[in-house]
Amino acid sequence: MAFYVVQFLTGLASAASLFLVASGLSIIFGVTRIVNFAHGAFYMIGAYIAFTLTERLSGAFGFWGSIVLAALAVALIGVLVEMVLLRRIYHAPELFQLLATFGLTLMVEDLVVLIWGPDDLVGRRAPGFKGAIDFFGQNIPSYDLFLIALGPVVLGILWLLFQRTRWGVLVRAATQDRDMVAALGVNQKWLFTSVFAVGVFLAALGGALQIPRDAVHHAMDLRIIVEVFVVVVIGGLGSIVGAFVAAVLVSELNAFGILIFPKISIILVFLVMAVVLIVRPWGLFGKPEAPARKTPGLTVNPWRPLTSNERLAALAALIIAATLPLFAGNYLLTVGSEIAIFVIFAVSLHFLMSVGGLASFGHAAYFGLGAYGVAFLAKMAGLPMIVCLLLGPLLGCMGAAVFGFFAVQLSGVYFAMLTLAFAQIVWSIAFQWVSVTGGDNGILGVWPEKWAASPSNFYWLALGVAALVTIALRAMVFSPFGYALRATRDSLLRTEAIGINAKRIQWTAFVIAGTTAGIGGALFAYLKGSVFPDNLGISLSVDALVMVLLGGVETVSGAVIGAIVYKALNIWLVSQTDLSKLVLGGFIMLIVVVFPKGIVGMLEMLAQRRRKSSPPGSPLLAKPIESAE
Amino acid sequence: MSVASPLLAVEGLTKSYGGIHAVRGVSFSLRAGEILALIGPNGAGKSTCFDMLNGQNKPDTGHVRLLGEDITARKPREVWRLGVGRTFQITATFATMTVRENVQVALVSHGKQLFNLFGSAPNFDRGEAGRLLELVGMGGYADRPCGELAYGDLKRLELAVALANEPKLLLMDEPTAGMAPRERVDLMRLTAQIAREKSIGVLFTEHDMDVVFEHADRIIVLNRGTLIAEGTPAEVRGNPQVQAVYLGEGLVYDARHRDGASA
Amino acid sequence: MQAKNYFVGAAFALLAGGMAHSAVAQDIKIGEINSYSLLPAFTEPYRKGWQLAVEEVNAAGGINGKKLVVISKDDGGKPADAQTAANELVSSEGVAMLTGTFLSNIGLAVSDFANQKKVFFLAAEPLTDAITWSKGNKYTFRLRPSNYMQAAMLVEAASKLPAKRWATIAPNYEYGQSAVAVFKKLMSEKRPDIQWVDEQWPPQGKIDAGPVVQAVAAANPEAILNVTFGADLVKLVREGNTRGLFKGREVVSFLTGEPEYLDPLKDETPEGWIVTGYPWYSIKTPEHDAFLKAYQAKYNDYPRLGSIVGYQTIKSAAAILAKAGSSDPEKLIAAAEGLSVPSPFGEITFRKIDHQSTLGAYVGKTALKDGKGVMVDSSYKKGADYLPGDAEVEKLRPKD
Repeated sequence: MAFYVVQFLTGLASAASLFLVASGLSIIFGVTRIVNFAHGAFYMIGAYIAFTLTERLSGAFGFWGSIVLAALAVALIGVLVEMVLLRRIYHAPELFQLLATFGLTLMVEDLVVLIWGPDDLVGRRAPGFKGAIDFFGQNIPSYDLFLIALGPVVLGILWLLFQRTRWGVLVRAATQDRDMVAALGVNQKWLFTSVFAVGVFLAALGGALQIPRDAVHHAMDLRIIVEVFVVVVIGGLGSIVGAFVAAVLVSELNAFGILIFPKISIILVFLVMAVVLIVRPWGLFGKPEAPARKTPGLTVNPWRPLTSNERLAALAALIIAATLPLFAGNYLLTVGSEIAIFVIFAVSLHFLMSVGGLASFGHAAYFGLGAYGVAFLAKMAGLPMIVCLLLGPLLGCMGAAVFGFFAVQLSGVYFAMLTLAFAQIVWSIAFQWVSVTGGDNGILGVWPEKWAASPSNFYWLALGVAALVTIALRAMVFSPFGYALRATRDSLLRTEAIGINAKRIQWTAFVIAGTTAGIGGALFAYLKGSVFPDNLGISLSVDALVMVLLGGVETVSGAVIGAIVYKALNIWLVSQTDLSKLVLGGFIMLIVVVFPKGIVGMLEMLAQRRRKSSPPGSPLLAKPIESAE
Repeated sequence: MSVASPLLAVEGLTKSYGGIHAVRGVSFSLRAGEILALIGPNGAGKSTCFDMLNGQNKPDTGHVRLLGEDITARKPREVWRLGVGRTFQITATFATMTVRENVQVALVSHGKQLFNLFGSAPNFDRGEAGRLLELVGMGGYADRPCGELAYGDLKRLELAVALANEPKLLLMDEPTAGMAPRERVDLMRLTAQIAREKSIGVLFTEHDMDVVFEHADRIIVLNRGTLIAEGTPAEVRGNPQVQAVYLGEGLVYDARHRDGASA
Repeated sequence: MQAKNYFVGAAFALLAGGMAHSAVAQDIKIGEINSYSLLPAFTEPYRKGWQLAVEEVNAAGGINGKKLVVISKDDGGKPADAQTAANELVSSEGVAMLTGTFLSNIGLAVSDFANQKKVFFLAAEPLTDAITWSKGNKYTFRLRPSNYMQAAMLVEAASKLPAKRWATIAPNYEYGQSAVAVFKKLMSEKRPDIQWVDEQWPPQGKIDAGPVVQAVAAANPEAILNVTFGADLVKLVREGNTRGLFKGREVVSFLTGEPEYLDPLKDETPEGWIVTGYPWYSIKTPEHDAFLKAYQAKYNDYPRLGSIVGYQTIKSAAAILAKAGSSDPEKLIAAAEGLSVPSPFGEITFRKIDHQSTLGAYVGKTALKDGKGVMVDSSYKKGADYLPGDAEVEKLRPKD
């Protein structure tokens, strides 16, 4: 019995640190609607700074002072980031802020190694909390007890802050309706900055408090960020109490789960999230999100098919690309093939994300399933390459059909998180089921047959498929189905009122996007000759998001350019420097600030400005009246 | 059902939220080609009542029949397929698409081409889309981005979209809210004309009493969820209960009073 | 040597990148790939090691009079990127052979690439048995003692312990799973009386140490096998110490004696664990003294195991290239098979039968000295003594 009590308390201690970080993320999202990918980076910097300070300042006061000082220092960094970076892009398309914070995260990962060195750092134990307390023969670390107490205390302080202060009232109001606060004449800028600072403070505090029980190292951020997103979503976005309950739920399930299924923790949080989102689409304590508060259409030019001149230009570009084998060596050709494959991957996500308005955070799952499909068919069934290429993507298609069915029941961030959960579940299976997938060591020897083996032939194959896929998806954008899909993105209310089953349209789009990603994955397996769980991992999903956003999420073909630029730059940087993340992160942030509409979005805007130098002076541009009064 | 079935028959609709009756036992009917106005002060239950007619909201009890067929439990998209078009109080259109494309989406749905992956949507029923836009006086705006339209134009676009499936019944929630007085008259005149030509039944809610009394064949009045009056404009105008309700709210409906846009 | 550029401005040189031509024709080039950005704690000492080796080789006149050049690439910890890098090294840089890699999956990816493109590959650090056995190929050789060898070394010591009730803690991926599997198999062969009472499989890099320690303690084992390393190990040790998990229990632990893993533990190093590792401070052989002196003189730092691996990788590669007298892969293979080369740990041989080197490891016990973790009572275990018999190896390895 004592054992179960202690196991429960241990779970609570794990929950406390998770809650600190998660509550910060939740507050930031609630008010600013920013999906702050850099939250883990702030957590990590908090730990690093706390390590440095605790090593220098001695005594109990020195230790606890260092923890608080570190969190304050990082909050200050957060303020700087908000003012310099985020303020410029609040009006950019949704998720663009995610791209900016992703860039920041990349930079921080390299910066901490430059500043603090590559070694794992083990900090001091907390004065007064070094030992353990005996509980009927079981030991409970006293620091765990401290954390267990800290969780509810922080929850209480936050509750008071939100219920009893004017600032808190504004934050709650903004969480419910951002536009309303703007209308109240509140200085929104400073409200956002202060909220961001508080959120970052909590993340850094969570990091700093890890000093006595963890090692400080440069991958801490990724270790926590996904888990924290999951906790926030399970609890309900913007709900502090929800974050607390979810943190406890996840930690306790883990603490007791490993007693029955020792291998469960790798997959547990995602299972919980998937179940919660399917049963309660807005999380345990969340409220249904108000339908789209801003119409993106006010800034968007309606899409149109290419004019015949533009078609010729695209054809010319394709022909030029096809001549690459005439002058490039094997390496460039293989890089070219890789880029072509990523074009397929990016346009498939673009179809779902830009045309369908459904931003998937787990799109790599279908890419990877396509790759595994090929590997299974080629290695186990020994089928010829062309058959594998045709049938392999079906695994991606099936995965998309199953997961998509559940995912399209949700929208917005919840959709994104459910897709992420599914992707992680698939990844865990590939990673863990060693007897079938080879686990981490993957499946080797999936090389192309002779006819496609030479780098130039494979390049032509990849380029050809990429061109076909891009053309096909583009055609679909301007097909009756594409119109219906865009309609569901713009107004669910209206689509339903004109007889369209929006969920079925979106599900179909999900399957199309998943299958297309699977085609990319199938080619990728042959390009690399092997398949690894990496092929369906989070970082690949994030790559796809970055490519789409970089090209311009509001454009029809931005993803193509985004994929080419991002992938080429990535390959080149990794080849040239060990600090590729620092440079790439900086580049992404630069793009975000300079081209908030993405590369292609920017070009289109310039072209349009040239086309009509004078704005249409029509009285029809009068602001729409939202409702009576 | 016999041929004599009314186009729309509403029987004993009731809906309550947490013990508060939003709509209580409302019954009325509507004939083909008839224009019926549903009026009442704020909070009378008009919107709740309206949303229950096309499945947007489910009643606790009561029935909605379309040409005798019970459509109470149907989803909005199914009701639409049976020939019921509707417009919204706050317009719901596809902001990133052009005016013509907005109509074309409805035509695609009507033509059951929603899962046509490789057809050309820009050319889909272009002629019909153009005719519908001409009909509501939006012909010149076909290539405009919908997001740029003035509010009155959005209302007219919604009407065109609602007409795309050759409906038998049009449900219009505050069709003229937010419009200039001149536009209101035009839009309702247009609606009435279309309704009579195509023998479409029209049910609309409206704040502007000028619009109501000028265009409605019949009026039903809702107060606190209950139907308190029904009849021709003249009958309703003379109904003391109705007068009490409106005067009690401090609103006077008068032909000279043209500030009906305010809620 | 390495084309390094830390400036954003360099991004604009993108177009020029593809055309860059490097190195003079007379140089002999080796392509090297490792997870520099993902695992700097291990790859930095490794890099120092091979840089020292390059210096020494060239100071001694290069390879048959030609200068040795190592072109190094980062793989970011991703197999796919490692292959891109391998391709660049082979296709654009024209290297004579590939070396390096740390993670098992990356080692396997490059090994498969080498097999497909017929390039000689000397894997430096990956531990997986598959690289020389089940997925072995004729182009791939491996330097470091494998998972199996380290398990066999540990089993030798562990089987002498009286403990009968054993629990295991290992990261939940292929490396952890196969380390536990081999250890269990070899252990049970020697000690049929052993019971396996609990197993914990925390996700790699994400151990929730408190519950894991509690769960293991609840099973009340007499001895524990640990396979976690890095930050996970730190958390496990800290929680285990605080909760008294290791008190009165024997612990056998893979790799923990390597300075990379032992040093961060500082004064929290648990005492008396039986570990494999590298006690550089207590090795007193002329070969190692020479290496240690040269390393400390160049870097003013002590070597980690990675330094040894990096150093010996390039030393071995140079010896293979010198013996082959050519960069033809078939000749390199012929030269490497059965080749014996000196190393800081004594002479090692690249076995013809499975291309595994006989580099061994030190097995000893952990102890605390002046607030730091050290290995004591350590002895060198020659790799050759901990490999299965030839008949068994032939069964494990596919025919070339």
